[in-house]
Amino acid sequence: MKEGYKLIYQKPKTLREKRMHYCPGCFHATTHKLMMEVVEELGIQEKIIGVCPVGCSVFAYDYMDVDMQEAAHGRAAAVATGIKRMHPDKIVFSYQGDGDLAAIGIAETIHACNRGENFTFIFINNGIYGMTGGQMAPTTLEGQKTTTSPYGRDPKKAGLPLKMCEIVSQFDSVAYVERVSCNTPANARKAKRAIKKAFEYQMQGLGSTFIEVASNCPSGWKCTPEESLEWLKEKAFPYFPLGVFKKPEEV
Amino acid sequence: MGEIKLMKGNEALAEAAIRAGLQGYFGYPITPQSEVVEYLAREEPKHNYVLLQAESEVAAVNMLYGAGGAGARVMTTTSSPGFSLMQEGISYIACAQIPCLFANIVRGGPGLGTIQPSQSDYFQATKGGGHGDYHLIVLAPNSVQEMVDHVYLGFELADKYRSPAMLLSDGAIGQMMEKVQLPDPIEYKPDKPWATTGKKPGQERNYLTSLYIQPEEMEEKNIELQAKFKKIEENEVRFEEYKTDDAKIIIVSFGLSSRISKKSVDMAREAGLKVGLFRPITVWPFPANKIADIAARKQVNFFISIEMNAGQMVEDVKLAVNGKKPVYFYGRMGGIIPTPKEILTAVQARSRS
Repeated sequence: MKEGYKLIYQKPKTLREKRMHYCPGCFHATTHKLMMEVVEELGIQEKIIGVCPVGCSVFAYDYMDVDMQEAAHGRAAAVATGIKRMHPDKIVFSYQGDGDLAAIGIAETIHACNRGENFTFIFINNGIYGMTGGQMAPTTLEGQKTTTSPYGRDPKKAGLPLKMCEIVSQFDSVAYVERVSCNTPANARKAKRAIKKAFEYQMQGLGSTFIEVASNCPSGWKCTPEESLEWLKEKAFPYFPLGVFKKPEEV
Repeated sequence: MGEIKLMKGNEALAEAAIRAGLQGYFGYPITPQSEVVEYLAREEPKHNYVLLQAESEVAAVNMLYGAGGAGARVMTTTSSPGFSLMQEGISYIACAQIPCLFANIVRGGPGLGTIQPSQSDYFQATKGGGHGDYHLIVLAPNSVQEMVDHVYLGFELADKYRSPAMLLSDGAIGQMMEKVQLPDPIEYKPDKPWATTGKKPGQERNYLTSLYIQPEEMEEKNIELQAKFKKIEENEVRFEEYKTDDAKIIIVSFGLSSRISKKSVDMAREAGLKVGLFRPITVWPFPANKIADIAARKQVNFFISIEMNAGQMVEDVKLAVNGKKPVYFYGRMGGIIPTPKEILTAVQARSRS
């Protein structure tokens, strides 16, 4: 620390010294930081094992300083199941995007939830395939333009966007479901609290925990980071409302 | 040592896995191998392994990836259509170098095919099967006893080389009952400092991936994998010879068809024809050098590959013989098992021509 300076903020020690590849304004970076702050606060760096997906966050293991496995597209829930079943005393999470969790991997998602696999899903829903260049996702909004829905998503052809929180909260075996966002500092703090609660419930062995981050994709949405926050508020939140969908009874 | 029992091939395989220290089994039912998961389900309360019936073979192989990556001794078993579904996961497992054991109790294909025994997954098993350059260590049992022995060996080789290993068996060996000697159970203590079991204090985190986006790094990873495969080829080739010393005709056959071919060798010898059997036990690594040695013998007139498929291993035999002697093929497809007499007739026909 330089003389005359006072430390008022630093990134968690559980984030690695590695420059992130995420686009400016993307919530992946924010969510990584929030998660690793929680890991630091709970003191579980040596007890947590993560699974990253195929998608923009495929390199999450480069940033999170915890043991991790990189899964095939859509299979993070199955990989997390394998890890958690062998290490029930550890904390396990899957970190997945909407294409990964809600399209190609929806079978693994649904069955892991129905079995009440005691790990935490961190589900980044930005309504688009970011890594492959902005194609339509299962969560792309009605009328939203993407490279594969250039005239806007047509529900007659593509159905309506999947509401994953609403789906998984129906399982008895799922303990905790909350949809959060990082579009404002207040919401980011709420998101962090939700992640913390999810890990804590997992440590209590309560069943599957599912945190959806209603996220953005300035690059894929072809807008500025600021405009992406507006879009979230005006278009995404009305369809994907934030809030707790399910929580353990005693709390 | 060990216990002698009369057992079905699939059940013997399951019992052997338990005795070899199985810690996790993830699988999906499919004929003709469902007895494996059923046996493990029945025995589960007596042991400490994790047993999970997955929602699909796709999920099962990825559970294996997770559990094996987290350091456990893990296995899955399936039959041909299910093994096809697992190929993507196996490619990831091969690149991330996760030791685990597969068994494919092969049935006739293509497509949904038949539930009768076949050897038509030879290419898929020995050439990689999924995308990218890789091999599994592939053992081809031809008896219920070897269903047991190869489970022990497969687990051991998987750990030794940080590689997926597999049993390439078939519906007949899986379903038939034979006397089997079961080895004593071992207490498995994994020593896997690379496994994702939680970051160790003062050490770098462990991560398992098959992603190397810079081509230079991806090539480097491939060079590393190829060096490992070469080491396996140098050290782990296994085969069996039967009356090959003075043989003029060499039958090459693996798994179930090698058992039948053995009988054909005896019948041929009775009829005055000097036939011998060369049986690869590891079909990858393939015993190519040994076959080349035999091909160089003066008295050997020709090779004939006997398989329950349209002619798959015969390509490896031809590569090994490298034009030194003629290489023929005889096989049956679609779940038909050839008789010893039928094989003898095929050998005699080539012998006359």
